[in-house]
Amino acid sequence: MSDAARTVPLDAVHRALGATMTAFGGWDMPVRYGSDLAEHHAVRERAGLFDVSHMGRVEIAGSGAPDALDAMLVSRVRDLEVGRSRYTMLCDEAGGVIDDLIVTRLEDRFLLIVNAANTDAALAVLREGCATHGADVVHRAGHVLLALQGPAAAHVLAAASAADLDDGAADATKLRPFRAVATRVAGVATVVARTGYTGEDGFEIACDDAAGGRRVWDALLAAGTASGLLPCGLAARDTLRLEAGLPLHGHELGPELGPFETGFARIVHLDDAREFHGRAALERVATDGPVRRIVGLIAEGRRAPRAGYTVLDGERAVGTITSGAPSPTLGVPIALAAVDASVAAAGTVLHVDVRGTRVPARVVALPFVLPAARRAAARSAD
Amino acid sequence: MDLPTDRVYTAEHEWLDGSDPASVGITAHASDALGDVVFVDLPQVGRVVTAGEVFGEIESTKSVSDLYAPAGGEIVAVNDALADDPGLVNRDPYGEGWLVRLKVSEVGTTLDADAYRALIG
Repeated sequence: MSDAARTVPLDAVHRALGATMTAFGGWDMPVRYGSDLAEHHAVRERAGLFDVSHMGRVEIAGSGAPDALDAMLVSRVRDLEVGRSRYTMLCDEAGGVIDDLIVTRLEDRFLLIVNAANTDAALAVLREGCATHGADVVHRAGHVLLALQGPAAAHVLAAASAADLDDGAADATKLRPFRAVATRVAGVATVVARTGYTGEDGFEIACDDAAGGRRVWDALLAAGTASGLLPCGLAARDTLRLEAGLPLHGHELGPELGPFETGFARIVHLDDAREFHGRAALERVATDGPVRRIVGLIAEGRRAPRAGYTVLDGERAVGTITSGAPSPTLGVPIALAAVDASVAAAGTVLHVDVRGTRVPARVVALPFVLPAARRAAARSAD
Repeated sequence: MDLPTDRVYTAEHEWLDGSDPASVGITAHASDALGDVVFVDLPQVGRVVTAGEVFGEIESTKSVSDLYAPAGGEIVAVNDALADDPGLVNRDPYGEGWLVRLKVSEVGTTLDADAYRALIG
């Protein structure tokens, strides 16, 4: 593989907006356009627009597609209805996570959105599994995937789609969470799903090519101006997903951290005789319970625990920080950590070695931050 | 990038001006790379540092970095405004976003503006 990072189709658009670019998952991506804190708050309070075209778009078609996916993914897809999305994982035989992904069933195919850095690894496994079941795998290079997120996301999408709706296009703003529909936005054929990675309401909008993606991006930015929408980079995306307690592959998921360790037991379907990748290993974890768990920590003081720092129970090392940052919403240091299951209960007080200083940190329930609508409801109930 | 020529720089992206006591801060290049600064951990006034010694930390949402003394001497003031408004480091890195004032007693290894500009490309 070349050392040079690949550029997304809207690269020039981001640079024209003044984005600071960074290498991520083999791609040159916007890390921020202006202030990453302002972008974070925009998504929590109003709306933000992310280009996440670095993520891989894989389509599985053919009569063997359900069988092929059911022989690989931890979740069953044969009973997934058309227009539904499911968060799932592709594991290896040891139960380690090759990738976590969202699979959406469309009329004639399954749409899989995989992590940028794992696209090649996931594709290799998917191609092999599909070949034995007579299913076709298409990796859609050059696609544009946009994430419109925040409490005003539906309002912004409606404004950008007004002409399409008048013209009879399906109304994606009526979708419930984890539903998807093929429709048009700003005159462009898209697949819109009510999904995201920020812990807020929102949509992920898949466009086939650069020209269409550009039109949708421009339409959403223009429609969002009145709502205070900001274009947002990966820095805000990471602090938003951390506050939402969502795992990131390579941090909270990987060879040693699977669905049970990360609190996603519900996505592992063991109630039938399906032989999927990693089933035997995952059944053992389901029976015995995970040795380690991913927990949320809130640390005292101002200094944030960062990935790789040691978690202590008294003098005993009991785990490692997997992600950490000062929470822009809460104003306190938060972290996810992989710790011994014996110290994973909410309320447990542990310590983190923050660059040589022992900092108290309390295990808390996830997410750290609720979606805006539920934050408002909680406030009015007080 | 406009670099003030009235001061010297370190390879670790601090600056030191020529006043007495001298002000110390981080460069715009560094504050841009960090992103929004959310916390600056500064030393006690009166602490004596040697050139190149870590005297504090600067933290953004993305990362945390050590601060290296561009010269040796006594810390005679710290920028208390950063406790409430650490974003000063982003908005005005060469002015209101200064970090500490140093009574210089030992010269460190520094670069002039041209050499620092060449370093950061």
